[in-house]
Amino acid sequence: MELYELTVHELQERLSRREISSEEIVKSIYLRIHDVEDKVKSFLTLTEDLALQKAQEVDRVGSYHSIAGIPMGLKDIFCTRGVKTTCGSKILANFVPPYDSTASRRLDEQQGVLVGKLNMDEFAMGSSTENSAFFSTHNPWDLERVPGGSSGGSAAAVAACEVPFALGTDTGGSIRQPASFCGVVGMKPTYGRVSRWGVIAYASSLDQVGVFSRDVRDCALVMKIIAGHDPLDSTSADVEVPDYAACLDGDVKGMRIAYPKEYLQQGVDDAIKEAIKKALLKYEELGAIVEEVSLPHSEYALPAYYLVAPAEASANLARYDGVRYGHRDFEAGSVVEMFSQSRAQGFGDEVKRRIMLGAYALSSGYYDAYYLKALKVRRLIANDFDRVFNDFDIIVSPTTPSTAFKIGEQSGDPLTLYMNDILTVPVNMAGLPGMSVPCGFDRGLPIGMQLIGRAFDEGTLFKAAYAFEQNTGFHTMKPTLGVK
Amino acid sequence: MALTIKEVEHVAMLARLTLSDDEKLKFGEQLSSILNYADSLNVLETDDVEPLTHILPVHNVFRTDEAKPGMPREQILSNAPQAEEGQYKVPKIM
Repeated sequence: MELYELTVHELQERLSRREISSEEIVKSIYLRIHDVEDKVKSFLTLTEDLALQKAQEVDRVGSYHSIAGIPMGLKDIFCTRGVKTTCGSKILANFVPPYDSTASRRLDEQQGVLVGKLNMDEFAMGSSTENSAFFSTHNPWDLERVPGGSSGGSAAAVAACEVPFALGTDTGGSIRQPASFCGVVGMKPTYGRVSRWGVIAYASSLDQVGVFSRDVRDCALVMKIIAGHDPLDSTSADVEVPDYAACLDGDVKGMRIAYPKEYLQQGVDDAIKEAIKKALLKYEELGAIVEEVSLPHSEYALPAYYLVAPAEASANLARYDGVRYGHRDFEAGSVVEMFSQSRAQGFGDEVKRRIMLGAYALSSGYYDAYYLKALKVRRLIANDFDRVFNDFDIIVSPTTPSTAFKIGEQSGDPLTLYMNDILTVPVNMAGLPGMSVPCGFDRGLPIGMQLIGRAFDEGTLFKAAYAFEQNTGFHTMKPTLGVK
Repeated sequence: MALTIKEVEHVAMLARLTLSDDEKLKFGEQLSSILNYADSLNVLETDDVEPLTHILPVHNVFRTDEAKPGMPREQILSNAPQAEEGQYKVPKIM
């Protein structure tokens, strides 16, 4: 085994036994990146010099607690002081933040080593990473396919062993869907669990920071570091963060697991239905109680999402006006012309579509019919989940209706692409924690199982996910990338 | 429903986006098809449903009003496309 193939907890053990140094790990990681990055293209920026410096510093101090000395990647939506942060957009192509996001700062304070910034759909709008203004990322399991999105670079980098873990963000499925497509673990915690300070905003009532890793233990370990209240984000919740590692006991005896019938219809591929049914049987075998339930408003989550999220986006993205940062059109004569031209030149099509859709849904005469209606439907969706969680501990479903599709295959019609998020969007609308874990393969492409929990009960998700992982072993499968 | 070119122009103005004639047509069609999809919500009876604006039960998070050091001005202006005498510079307004 090469060092770059090890998980965070395996690296921790070796570091604390002084068998290896952080510098060796970081060098191994960059060798790997230089080997495979031409094919995968997951990074927008590499920070090799900074990373080596930091690794040497950690080795000099010699205290290997937590993630000290362990490499990590960040979706390029996290502001990093002194390191370019583009959000996948031309409008921020040269933006160098003067401050750090809280989530990345917490990892930095634990002496994690930043390897680079990862590719994404522009402003986190997309499900394939094809909306990146710079280039598409390729799925390590099949380089002709998308890694999913919007956090596609994060998922692909973890799957390709370019980093042992990475942070992403999830507004409608942007962690779980790419985790599913790339065969890695991905968690979107409860809304408010992780601070959004310094995370470039898309839809503020839905956006949440989360983790990609190659196994459940790593995910729990990193979540423990980034979760918790932050005075800089008034929507971050002041709720105690439990010791997630203590949840990893493999015991699901008596756990009540619901599977919503609506999530096994909605045009889900047969191979995916089969994989989920097998997973449910595995849970029964391990002593859990599995029952079918109904979430009757499921089909309305996606249309409601495509009003709520664009509405919030149209407000959030008003700040890109060419005045304080970002691209400016210097040819424009008037201020208003400068705003409109700078934005027209700096934003890609999907971003423009969502800004206009949002502006329309919020505009005079349409507010009640569209935006207010969507907020009411959002309540119905949240109520559906509440009812099920009166009787059950977790909900299990597929993460996506299909496995990874080919690059270019769904770029024609925006609505087709939106359908990718049909099983993940309801979870954001209800603000609940959701997780995707590998649960099988269809013709060589990974399938993900989604686990949904009660608000702030990430612990039960880790417990259930760990039990499944340890009794199946899909997480040990790695893509060959055509090498070796 | 299908958006008219006039409506597309209005929404582009609200969004402060300059659009070419081709873009007006293209976005008009695409936005219409997304709005048609959104119209599927109309089958739901929601007159008595309280809109869900915020998922957490928090209201008006206040902190004490204490002055703290801010970020140095040069640092804040470091990303400005144009700045002069410690201020952002924009085209003439009046």
